[in-house]
Amino acid sequence: MTRPNKASVGLVQPEVFSYYESFELCSGEKLPSFEMVYETYGTLNDKKDNAILICHALSGDHHAAGYHSELDQKPGWWENCIGPNKPIDTNKFFVVSSNNLGGCGGSTGPTSPNPNSQKPYGSDFPTILVKDWVKSQKLLAEELEISRWLAVIGGSLGGMQAMQWAIDYPEQVNHAVVIASAAKLTAQNIAFNELAREAITSDPNFRSGDYLESHTQPNKGLMLARMIGHVTYLSDDGMDTRFGRDITSSDSAEAGGAKFEVENYLHHQGTSFTRRFDANTYILMTKALDYFDPAKDTNNNLSEAFRNAKSKFLLISFTSDWRFPVARSREITDALIHADKDVSHIIVETDKGHDSFLLPIDRYTKALSAFLNQAHVTVPKDLSVL
Amino acid sequence: MRVDLEIVGQLIKPKSRILDLGCGEGDLLHFAKMKKQATGFGLDNDPNNIQTCLEKGVNVIEQDLDSGLTNFDDNSFDLVIMTETLQAVSKPEQLMKEMLRVGKECIVTIPNFGQIFCRLNLFFSGKMPVAKHLPHNWYDTPNIHLCTLNDFEELCRKLEVKILTRNLFDQYFQPNKFLTIAPNLFCSHAYYHLKR
Repeated sequence: MTRPNKASVGLVQPEVFSYYESFELCSGEKLPSFEMVYETYGTLNDKKDNAILICHALSGDHHAAGYHSELDQKPGWWENCIGPNKPIDTNKFFVVSSNNLGGCGGSTGPTSPNPNSQKPYGSDFPTILVKDWVKSQKLLAEELEISRWLAVIGGSLGGMQAMQWAIDYPEQVNHAVVIASAAKLTAQNIAFNELAREAITSDPNFRSGDYLESHTQPNKGLMLARMIGHVTYLSDDGMDTRFGRDITSSDSAEAGGAKFEVENYLHHQGTSFTRRFDANTYILMTKALDYFDPAKDTNNNLSEAFRNAKSKFLLISFTSDWRFPVARSREITDALIHADKDVSHIIVETDKGHDSFLLPIDRYTKALSAFLNQAHVTVPKDLSVL
Repeated sequence: MRVDLEIVGQLIKPKSRILDLGCGEGDLLHFAKMKKQATGFGLDNDPNNIQTCLEKGVNVIEQDLDSGLTNFDDNSFDLVIMTETLQAVSKPEQLMKEMLRVGKECIVTIPNFGQIFCRLNLFFSGKMPVAKHLPHNWYDTPNIHLCTLNDFEELCRKLEVKILTRNLFDQYFQPNKFLTIAPNLFCSHAYYHLKR
């Protein structure tokens, strides 16, 4: 490897976990079987007590760190946090990162062939909830002979999975790191997701979700969905600092031809997204976000939902994140305090908005590093008997 | 570990649940966790302090004490501790009430503004006192609600708080027999163990 970044896990290969039995979903529907793509970084130790699960967010996938080939321009999406001597230190930890069911990174999803029809699932792909993902990740853990995660970590939608893990499998999660997340979406947040979905479904090429059969792609809609989303992931100040009112073309504003830098940026983001993402997956992921509400089963009492959790929690929120604001992390923290769980919450000052959770912000990465170092030295003694 | 924290540490009962308001670098909670198997949380709003707490494995919540303790339940802690912090909050009376609501017992420690050096300093120089136990200048001090022992005890009476014990220390955090002759004149730091 001749990568400039020496602290990378280097070349990585995705692997496939095949589950041949019927997998029942919360909706009552069943997947006759599934495949889940995942990557691992670092080495599982003999005691198998150094494994960390990374849960990805809306547009993420299993490729969290390293490069797939020498020619790759970009590393995995969390390269700045995962690797040797990084906060999620692959010299110490065995890191597992999977592509969620319903995703478009290779795991069974709307683009996969439906065994009943041999055509792509498309609109027939069932609704998947955060709970379903966690259940499928549990099967992956069993496959890898990991009986307990040292930590489950995720940002945004990934943070929801970390919480669900701690709730559903309390014995199997030592530490849960929930970054820029929420215990449930607010009406405004759901509204933004609906805008994105509407952008996709109103594209004539969407064809009720069965666009692959007709060899079309609702690219215009998906692009618009991503553009809307992207605006909400940044902050007013952050955008102003980055783009201001910079103009890219030479046309004058008076002639109406001038293009602002921010417009170009959004178009670029939208277009490049359509090359790597599936529209049905986008809808599915946003639905999973909307429906996440672990307190629903406990009379809307979030503390009660966490009652049996045994993990030590770290909550991280960012001051300029208005899509998943600090207050949402406070709600989770307060519920955990009320339930008498071990919890820490840090509020990182930044103008980078919701996207902060993907960025190498010094205070954030140092806190993550400190928490995981502690996790590493405080592996419970009773682990071997489990 | 700071001498003052060591003294408070001795008052922590084994396996108690404690809340440390303005926990700093988490020394007290770390001591309580290691030596007394105590559980609980520290509250602070200084990023460096919070980072040090995380490095020690201490539960720390980033929270401004001026925003109150509404996220904590009544009687949910065996002990609420506030060391040398009351004088730096915007509403000390309100915070005292909140502490006594969430904690079965409280420990509050304060620097004594009535101490003789402070008095002499103000009297002779006509300037805001700067002393070993109150080292800041008026323009950069975090201490916006300084009080004397008499002031603090008056507030306790007003709030109908029982003072279980009071420990007096000099500027070196040492007990000293002269302190008891005229506490409000000689004591630099006072420790109050309080109960509703």
